Amino acid sequence: MSMDRRDFLKVAGISSILGFGATVASATNLITGKQLLPPQVEMNKDALRAKRWAMVVDMSKFKTDEDFQKTITACHTIHNVPDFRKPDGSVDKKFEVKWIWQTNYEKAFPGMENQYQGEHLKDMPFMVLCNHCTNPACVRVCPTKATYKLPDGVTMQDMHRCIGCRFCMAACPYGARSFNWIDPRRAANLDPAKGGKVNPEYPTRTKGVVEKCTFCTERLAVGKIPACVEAAPQGALLFGDLEDPNSEIRKIIGEKLTIRRKPELGTGPAIYYLIGGGEHA
Amino acid sequence: MLEKALEGSKKYWAWVFFLGIFALTGTYWYIRQFNEGLGLTGLHRDVSWGLYIGQFTFLVGVAASAVMLVIPYYLHDFKKFGKIVILGEFLAISAVTMCILFIFVDMGQPMRIMNVILHPTPGSVMFWDSVVLSGYLFINLLVGWVTLSSDRKGVPPPKWIKPWIYLSIPWAISIHTVTAFLYSGVPGRHFWLTAVMAARFLASAFAGGPALLIILALIVRKVSKFDAGKDVIQAVSRIVAYAMFANVFLLGLEFFTAFYSGIPGHQHPFVYLYKGMIGIDGQMHAEIVPLMWTSSVFAAISLVMLWVPAIRRKEGLLVLACIMLFVSLWIDKGFGLIIGGFVPNPFEEVNPYLPTYPETMITIGVWAVGFLVLTFLYKIAITVREQTAGVEIEH
Amino acid sequence: MKIYNKGLVFSLILVFAAIALFPFLVQGGRVAAKPDPKTDTPEIMQYAQEHGGKKECVESKEWMRGEHMQLLNQWRDSVVRDDNRGYISNTNHQRWNMSLQNGCMKCHSNKKKFCDECHNYLSVKPYCWDCHIQPAEKEEVKS
Repeated sequence: MSMDRRDFLKVAGISSILGFGATVASATNLITGKQLLPPQVEMNKDALRAKRWAMVVDMSKFKTDEDFQKTITACHTIHNVPDFRKPDGSVDKKFEVKWIWQTNYEKAFPGMENQYQGEHLKDMPFMVLCNHCTNPACVRVCPTKATYKLPDGVTMQDMHRCIGCRFCMAACPYGARSFNWIDPRRAANLDPAKGGKVNPEYPTRTKGVVEKCTFCTERLAVGKIPACVEAAPQGALLFGDLEDPNSEIRKIIGEKLTIRRKPELGTGPAIYYLIGGGEHA
Repeated sequence: MLEKALEGSKKYWAWVFFLGIFALTGTYWYIRQFNEGLGLTGLHRDVSWGLYIGQFTFLVGVAASAVMLVIPYYLHDFKKFGKIVILGEFLAISAVTMCILFIFVDMGQPMRIMNVILHPTPGSVMFWDSVVLSGYLFINLLVGWVTLSSDRKGVPPPKWIKPWIYLSIPWAISIHTVTAFLYSGVPGRHFWLTAVMAARFLASAFAGGPALLIILALIVRKVSKFDAGKDVIQAVSRIVAYAMFANVFLLGLEFFTAFYSGIPGHQHPFVYLYKGMIGIDGQMHAEIVPLMWTSSVFAAISLVMLWVPAIRRKEGLLVLACIMLFVSLWIDKGFGLIIGGFVPNPFEEVNPYLPTYPETMITIGVWAVGFLVLTFLYKIAITVREQTAGVEIEH
Repeated sequence: MKIYNKGLVFSLILVFAAIALFPFLVQGGRVAAKPDPKTDTPEIMQYAQEHGGKKECVESKEWMRGEHMQLLNQWRDSVVRDDNRGYISNTNHQRWNMSLQNGCMKCHSNKKKFCDECHNYLSVKPYCWDCHIQPAEKEEVKS
């Protein structure tokens, strides 16, 4: 068979590409001679389970600024959320990351304020976090399935898979998502060199990924309620199964007036704000 | 044919060198951004997309606009476009290249880009955008190369290329429609939640792209013997005029809906962009108001200039109109569109965004790479055309 | 035979050779010490003591050596995406908690002498530790 130089190069090029591909594909199996075992995995037996996790927020139970702070701090400490500060001690909005935070009525429910409402009503503090929507826009837009719904209703974020395109941040109507603009370990609260301390039981994130509240899936898996619920004043944050007719939150939602943020968008938020508060359960 | 990009006059190499410097500067800043993170940009949690995604959006339009030459030439047998159509196709290639680069520099974890293919998600518009963009790049490379190769040999292009050319028409429309869906499909961003988004994207693309092409064709005529033809330039300028009219009309519709309906949420982004609003720091923020008004004024002037035949026919004025139109659309779509979606944020807070120096340098760097690609491609096309000058080939 | 552009051709061959031989020149013929990962942390020793002197991992040592990267990837997806956090070993049929920080590294508390030993030798840089927090390195135990 005669072959001119051009054909030879073509064949050589194609075979080297194929050869390279095959090597990569079989690197683990052929070279080591071992197949990966089929995974045998199971859920934790003592995990808290639900058909649909949801939360009722009773703002009347948050009395002092400290009530807010200890709730937020509990979450942010456990999850190694970076706390970027400016030299003057104020929050650095440029890099800010937050999972749960305090805002006011006017901002949490834009368009619902009334003209003659007193400032104390418009400025009434509200606790906000990811709404773990039934029909979340963030999940719909994610190009890699890095954010997705767990069967128990939690909107989960896989920080291993996130490519940092931030489409989810554009899609979320609740501003619940934060991006790691720089390495979160540079924040004073996580950097040992700056007197910071990490929770060794939980990872930090890397730069370039999106993060948000996960309803503490890692705690639910070992039978613990979310950190914010545990740290908040008694009855301020109620966590339970919306699909269980006997759950406490279901009873409250059935009998008292609750509102949700931007329900008209059809996202189906699972955080219910109790109006009036007072005695319940 | 590639070798034709490797031989040229001193001026040619000076231009390549000039672009190369900006490309390298951009690369330097990108390496820093890669190491330090997107914190190098002016973006923050409230405005999480900015200049990069704006440029991407704008350039998808430039890429799609090649179809405005392909349709008359291949569908309506408008023979005069025979020379300029290759310029349109090559402009599309360089524009798509820039689009891909802008997406890449905007990613937080660029090393994970293959996740889009490893975990394909047909429900995500972003996934489809990457599919249609790479497809469009492929089609234009194929069509541009095959037709130009045939021209060089003085033979008509092979028959099998025709279906690809016809495919490029709906494909061009699809890339910009899908890009519009990135915005108009998300809830809770009043400025973006509009059904005319895709229509307006196409209108502005079909104005901005051909306007750029007129400028480029006139530059090409200056620096080479390649002349697209005076009447061809005029024909393209009419396309620009009609498309720009449609774009301004559609923008007017947005204003009407926002202000006549009286819904505050719909009005806020317009108020922020054109008047300014009080920010979370208690200060008035009107930083981009002058830009937006520049865009509006340029749009109006350029539209009038293009509309009046006496002005349009003078090529000096035509270029001026095209430059103003291009700048106007660049501000409107490459910047205002993104900012308006994020400010005010979902809490109706105004937390402004302005690009930083590194971000600007990276943006200029990507444009420089795009123009390098364009320069090489045009150099090839021009050289081929100069050699076959006078020979008319039936396509 | 006439060679065109002799100067250019030979100088580029030299440049190529310099690049190709760079690693050898830098290494200077020295041989890097063979990696010797240690499994003698207090935690493992205590486990062995409680289990009749037997050191046990989720799978056999040999299998883990070749496949731990795939296993960790599998674990990651299982935990994060399916909420399945228990792994049943094919070797010892025990249930292990699938967690890098709260599983693996609880026993292998010596990242430097366990993970880095081989990874450095092979010049691989897994990015696990960009997010996951490594255990505090203890003082080396004198044997």
